[in-house]
Amino acid sequence: MKKGRILPIYTGLVIAYLFIPIFVMALFGFNDPVGRFNFQWHGFTLEWYRRLFDVEELVIGIKNSLLVATVSTFFATIFGTLMALAISRYKFRGRSALNLFIFIPMATPEVVLGVSLLGLFVTLQLSRGFLTLVITHILFCISYVVVTVRARTTNLDSNLEDAAQDLGADPWTTFWTVTFPLILPGIVAGAFLAFALSIDDYVISSFNAGSTITLPLWIVGASRIGVPPQVNVMGTLLFMVGVLYVVGAVIAGRRKEKLIAPPVLSKG
Amino acid sequence: MAEATTGRRGRGLVAYLLALPGALWLGIFFLIPMVTMFSLSLQEGSFERGYVFTGRVQNYFDALSLYDTQLYRSLIYGLIVTVVTLALSYPMAYWIALRGGRYKNLFLLLILLPFFTPFVIRTLSWKFILADEGIFLGTLKDWGILPDSYQLLATPTAVVCGMIYNFLPFMALPLYVALERLDPRLLDASNDLYSNRTQTFLKVTLPLSLPGVFAGSLLTFIPAVGDFINADLLGGVNTTMIGNVIQREFQTNLDFPTGSALSFLLMFGILVGVFIYARAIGTEELSG
Repeated sequence: MKKGRILPIYTGLVIAYLFIPIFVMALFGFNDPVGRFNFQWHGFTLEWYRRLFDVEELVIGIKNSLLVATVSTFFATIFGTLMALAISRYKFRGRSALNLFIFIPMATPEVVLGVSLLGLFVTLQLSRGFLTLVITHILFCISYVVVTVRARTTNLDSNLEDAAQDLGADPWTTFWTVTFPLILPGIVAGAFLAFALSIDDYVISSFNAGSTITLPLWIVGASRIGVPPQVNVMGTLLFMVGVLYVVGAVIAGRRKEKLIAPPVLSKG
Repeated sequence: MAEATTGRRGRGLVAYLLALPGALWLGIFFLIPMVTMFSLSLQEGSFERGYVFTGRVQNYFDALSLYDTQLYRSLIYGLIVTVVTLALSYPMAYWIALRGGRYKNLFLLLILLPFFTPFVIRTLSWKFILADEGIFLGTLKDWGILPDSYQLLATPTAVVCGMIYNFLPFMALPLYVALERLDPRLLDASNDLYSNRTQTFLKVTLPLSLPGVFAGSLLTFIPAVGDFINADLLGGVNTTMIGNVIQREFQTNLDFPTGSALSFLLMFGILVGVFIYARAIGTEELSG
């Protein structure tokens, strides 16, 4: 084999490997299983797409997940963006301590975050449910938003702001007409990341959800007795959202010769 | 200009106000729970009758002697996962960053695409693939390549493979970022100075990509050591990790002091690992 061919082939193989479970998941969303376990191929059907919303608890789980993710993303994005602005645009006492304080939660294993919050809620005798889910999700998203937005704010050319001020704009106007539009892509990326982290979270939620079911919690619970094919369908549809994103990004990239910031990662 | 500078210095109060909501949130829901948990780790009693703070350091030694196997196992799994994901992703990140040309971003997006599917669904899909009579092992057994008794699920291999899959992008992305930043002129210079490909790689590319290697390793090692879902879904009784034990202490046994002590032991283990690693890789290279 020619020397220059090995690496591209290797890269293709690794990427193919990443798609194996996705392919299998999608395939068995079209399977017509006999019995409760969707384990062997029996025949092609679109039944599960038609009956996507038939599993009541799955629908509740999705609704809860979307609701928790939306509310948490909203607050985490605001708190995180403000913190990122403070850290990258100002010099103040305690700045490096704050930086460390933002980093530590990201370096803490999720299980430790989860149980420490459980300990707090039990100590405060706060019953666990939707509220505690939102509190914990905001917590683990903030740091990621700060890091994402900060990447944008540090590279900002402060001459642009100075120019606006020289031209007579007050700080408030300068912020909304100059700073904010420039950092908006960072804020959007941070919000996407927060949303993805929240909707994908199993570990921290498993300790703090009480009787509230989220999508990952329900799926893991259901896996003990057999996952309905609707879960495969749901996973496939989410994957298709990703495909649309990639296609959109490539088209936008062709147009601008510059691609949008890398999308979000889901976290284990 | 002078006005803007003084203005910025005078606005220190603004910085505190901006940071306040987020800092409060982290303080109340991260710092306080950690302090609470540290106090819990030194308490005695039962869930029903309540715990009393007695400063019982013995909790740590008890927890360690009971669950040392799981703690070491988690650290070893984390190490294996980190090394394998590094070996798997480095050549790929290298090729995309240095030879990807105008398709760089497309390749990156392709790496991220599978992760649009929820984590638990991906992991259950692996469980399905690796099942004893599933599409993979079942087929190999039908062809007589594997003995009928062969199994992957509930073995350390399955758990480690699940983690390798799930954490690969956490390694690949920082590696890519570090390699992409590399100035190609440095590589040209190295070639001009008569070093061969291997020398260029070892003396230029690799040292310059070390910050990415370090970042990727941390992003992989920390969640891998603390992970419990891969062990939960793909593992069995002899793959129990420290995360599973902590979960059990808090949710089933309701032994909060032991669970808290184990949490701190886990963080301590990670800290020691990261420290040794940082020393080994050299802090000077990491400033890049």
